[in-house]
Amino acid sequence: MVGYFFLLCFLQLIGEAIVYLFDLPIPGPVIGMALLLIGLIIKKGLPEGLDQSTGTILRYLSLLFVPAGVGVIQHFELIHDEWLPITVSVVFATLLTIAFSGLLMKLMDRANG
Amino acid sequence: MDKLFDLWHHLAHSPLLGLCLTLGCFVISDWFYKKCKLSPLANPVLLSVVMVSLILWLTKTNYQTYFEGAKYIHFLLGPATVALAVPLYKNLHYVKASLLPIAFTILLGGLFAIISGVGIAALLGASQTTLLSLAPKSVTAPVAMGLSEVIGGTPSLTAVLVILCGIIGAIFGGAVLSLVGVKDKKARGIAIGIASHGIGTARKLTIDEKTGAFAGLGMGLNALVTAIVLPLLMLLWRTLAG
Repeated sequence: MVGYFFLLCFLQLIGEAIVYLFDLPIPGPVIGMALLLIGLIIKKGLPEGLDQSTGTILRYLSLLFVPAGVGVIQHFELIHDEWLPITVSVVFATLLTIAFSGLLMKLMDRANG
Repeated sequence: MDKLFDLWHHLAHSPLLGLCLTLGCFVISDWFYKKCKLSPLANPVLLSVVMVSLILWLTKTNYQTYFEGAKYIHFLLGPATVALAVPLYKNLHYVKASLLPIAFTILLGGLFAIISGVGIAALLGASQTTLLSLAPKSVTAPVAMGLSEVIGGTPSLTAVLVILCGIIGAIFGGAVLSLVGVKDKKARGIAIGIASHGIGTARKLTIDEKTGAFAGLGMGLNALVTAIVLPLLMLLWRTLAG
């Protein structure tokens, strides 16, 4: 468990280092995710311990959003001032994206046979 | 009462208070979510955020003081993002089966999410900070916050917008897909994953495993695609705008 937790942190660390060295506009953890995925593909197998460790972290993923979400108290003024564009954008863009992506996937899959 | 206030502010200067507040509110919210039979309306993130915010407001504690403790939980978002490679790897055989349609849908769907979100807000006169914070709203929070920071938005505002998009998609996404006649589980899952990331995925997993697996796939790949495309899109925009 500790070993796999170290692996996750270490891959993020490498990700951050790559971002810094190559001046990339991509967040470090995303590079870490790509590295882990490539590693698993090369290794052709998922160690049970890694599956369990990541399962535990991802099960409580919602909890990890809370501190950032509370940041809303710093933005009350902005949200109050711009509630219309924010609400309409969040609601309609999200639902339009769902409809667009669903229809596109359906059409592409049909074309693919 | 004054003594109690003093005690609170004394404790607030240790990380312990922010930690306990976050964990405690989440435990209550998670219990309530289960009590409500996992209704998307009782989203535990939303409930916890409302509870913690109310307590901070009532005790006149500022966000920086709270974050001194909460940052230990917040920090784990990084390793958790790396961990997203595992569900992605588990669903790899699905990707291989229809590689091109999935790649195309996620690329165009991810672009559509950015452009529609920013476009609608811009038409309604949103400020630049809001627009930049809205751009990554459809990807899972840890990636969205990282991106928001990179392109010059406000990560904490982005986090709030991301959570809202997740809840909207989790509640109405299924109905919208039925309305436009998308019945295939693969297409339904991917569409929800692209637009409503982790919260939409969690929702789909409780209803149907296959739909949930594809939602997880849509979420993971869209995070990767958006992380690469959005900064490039911003670069293009800045060059065009001079």
